[in-house]
Amino acid sequence: MGEKKLLRGSHIIAEAAVRAGCRFYFGYPITPQNELTEYMSGALASVPGGVFIQSESELAAINMVIGVSMTGKRVMTSSSSPGISLKQEGISYLAGQELPAVIVNTMRGGPGLGNIAPSQGDYFQATRGGGHGDYRTIVLAPGSGQELADFTRLAFDYADKYRIPVMILGDGMMGQMMEPVEFPDPIDLDSLPHKSWVLDGAKGRESRIIKSLILDTAAMEEHNWKLYRKHEIIEREITHVETFMIEDAYMAIVAYGTASRIAKGAVKKVREMGLKVGLIMPKTLWPFPKKFFLEAGSFITDFLVFEMSTGQMVEDVELALRGRRRVHFYGRPGGVVPTPEEIAKAVTTIYYREQIDRRD
Amino acid sequence: MKKVFGRPKSMKAAEFHYCPGCGHSIIHRLIAEVIDELGIQEKIIGVPPAGCAVLAYNYFDVDMGEAPHGRGAAVATGIKRSLPDRIVFSYQGDGDIAAIGTAETIHAANRGELITTIFVNNGVYGMTGGQMAPTTLVGQDSTTTPGGRRLERDGFPIDLSEMLAIAHGSVYIERTSVHSPKHIIHTKKAIKKAFKTQIEGLGFSLVEILSPCPTNWKMSPIKANEFINSTIIKNFPLKVIKDEVGKL
Amino acid sequence: MADKLTKASIRINTELCKGCYLCKATCPENLIFVSGKLNSKGYYPANYSEEELDIEKHACKGCALCAIVCPDLAIEVYRG
Ligand SMILES: Cc1ncc(C[n+]2csc(CCOP(=O)(O)OP(=O)(O)O)c2C)c(N)n1
Ligand code: SF4
Ligand code: SF4
Repeated sequence: MGEKKLLRGSHIIAEAAVRAGCRFYFGYPITPQNELTEYMSGALASVPGGVFIQSESELAAINMVIGVSMTGKRVMTSSSSPGISLKQEGISYLAGQELPAVIVNTMRGGPGLGNIAPSQGDYFQATRGGGHGDYRTIVLAPGSGQELADFTRLAFDYADKYRIPVMILGDGMMGQMMEPVEFPDPIDLDSLPHKSWVLDGAKGRESRIIKSLILDTAAMEEHNWKLYRKHEIIEREITHVETFMIEDAYMAIVAYGTASRIAKGAVKKVREMGLKVGLIMPKTLWPFPKKFFLEAGSFITDFLVFEMSTGQMVEDVELALRGRRRVHFYGRPGGVVPTPEEIAKAVTTIYYREQIDRRD
Repeated sequence: MKKVFGRPKSMKAAEFHYCPGCGHSIIHRLIAEVIDELGIQEKIIGVPPAGCAVLAYNYFDVDMGEAPHGRGAAVATGIKRSLPDRIVFSYQGDGDIAAIGTAETIHAANRGELITTIFVNNGVYGMTGGQMAPTTLVGQDSTTTPGGRRLERDGFPIDLSEMLAIAHGSVYIERTSVHSPKHIIHTKKAIKKAFKTQIEGLGFSLVEILSPCPTNWKMSPIKANEFINSTIIKNFPLKVIKDEVGKL
Repeated sequence: MADKLTKASIRINTELCKGCYLCKATCPENLIFVSGKLNSKGYYPANYSEEELDIEKHACKGCALCAIVCPDLAIEVYRG
């Protein structure tokens, strides 16, 4: 079953979204993710019930997303860093109103207008909620074409299951790369679980309200704890991480997305030199695979976090390891994409400096 | 004797939180009466604003989904595009629609979204305590225009409805008022026409309603209504600003 | 409710009233007066009582203008 296609990253997400039952897309052009918007404009024009609007701004787009989500349909928007900043108001409302939605961030260099090169500078924004208030969004970090397709499907399922906004965090490099992908069959919209909370006109039932305003402090507190409990459940249920050659490793590179692809090349290189180095690739950035790191810390003594930023995920790795293991960092911000050789060099330097395989 | 006037069916039996003499609750009632008369209580979805009417969902007995401040037109667009056979309205104050939400509103109108907007123009930011609104008159006092709005500093009051009339997708736009029984009765007609415009699938419709805010105008309710009559309607003339209903 | 002498009547829910007196100012027959008793919200509500009226001269015609201007849906109008 399924269907094999060779597509670029942005198109993979778009195609997977339509196959996941997404019939509504709203977006505003921004490089490097325009291909996604463009693909959706065509794809949604050719499926029954498809609605595409090129909105007047990212603000408008995310609020159209809110409107559709209130009616219970699967809906997506996408942008790149500056546009995601604009969407944060709406993402906070989605979280407060407990509405499902899928948001794709194809990160670029920043802050400000920055540049259009691949970057990972929005990690904090994505994993800490991003907008105002005490909330989180699920953040998925695909690292291959196949994962772009699989995680997009998952993103819609998680959003519906937990009534929460889900962010797919990629970058311009992921968006451009061409890879063969096995797509799952399009889902049957009627097979999706019934949503009991939607607005569709109070016919034969009591009228409903979807809101985030809770003036009573006790009730607001309870709502915050309710979201917190939901976050705890999500943490238990969906935390996901993948590894490469860590079984006998003393040291591991930790990287996600594009950085993890580069890091894989670096691991292969240093392995040829006999260094016992592996790779840890968190696939959910929130919830962060904390437990996994504690376990990995029982045999890996040194973690080298590699990010295309000045260091953001490194804080989560440190938090997860609670000071029990050494955490190193190597970063290239601003849209610079380092080579596997460069990372291999960084690994070797630390490896020999810390005399890693001579320690026990 | 038979009851000839009472609470509309599509209003909940809730007491309004609005100040004495506030126009919001009159406008709520008119919308509810129109919903009843058109028989659309089970088909309509409302989008309340951030503003004094933020709790509108406590009064309307219809499905309601809250929009962030100013984004009513975009949220309503999402709902309507998803459920084209439902009736969707946004309810927005002047700050909500004519300052922070200007872009969303103009573009929704220009796309000809099949939504209806109720735009409550009380010339002030009521909810936040009486600051200048985009519609505050030149010379009018507010907490951020002590001594009155000054052109040199604050610019002109904005004629959003006239701007929206330029948008190709808008079909029916009228400015009315609720400062007297006659005007209230007329406002209801305008709201009904706006909803019908949507039901008939003609395009974007909006009713701007001049509405008293006695609290922040620091006037008695009676004086506030007189102020609309003597002063505000000179600056915001009551008229059909655009009506292409018959022409389509 | 029914009163032989009047063709129409209003009922003011004094608990809903916020004392804006728009109804009082609007009534063409001057039939609405301010109650001397505070309601539980702390307003002196508008009131209407046929006992206190000289209904030979002034009677409610059921025009509903008071109810139309009432911001608080405090007035119901009845016609015979
Ligand atoms: C993004 C954002 N900025 C500011 C506010 C604060 N705020 C709430 S309502 C409001 C203005 C209300 O004025 P208006 O729209 O004229 O409605 P009114 O209260 O007068 O009915 C403001 C500034 C907010 N809720 N959200
Ligand atoms: S502040 Fe003004 S607009 Fe707000 S409820 Fe009071 S009178 Fe009405
Ligand atoms: S109009 Fe309504 S709220 Fe105002 S005084 Fe009369 S009954 Fe009371």
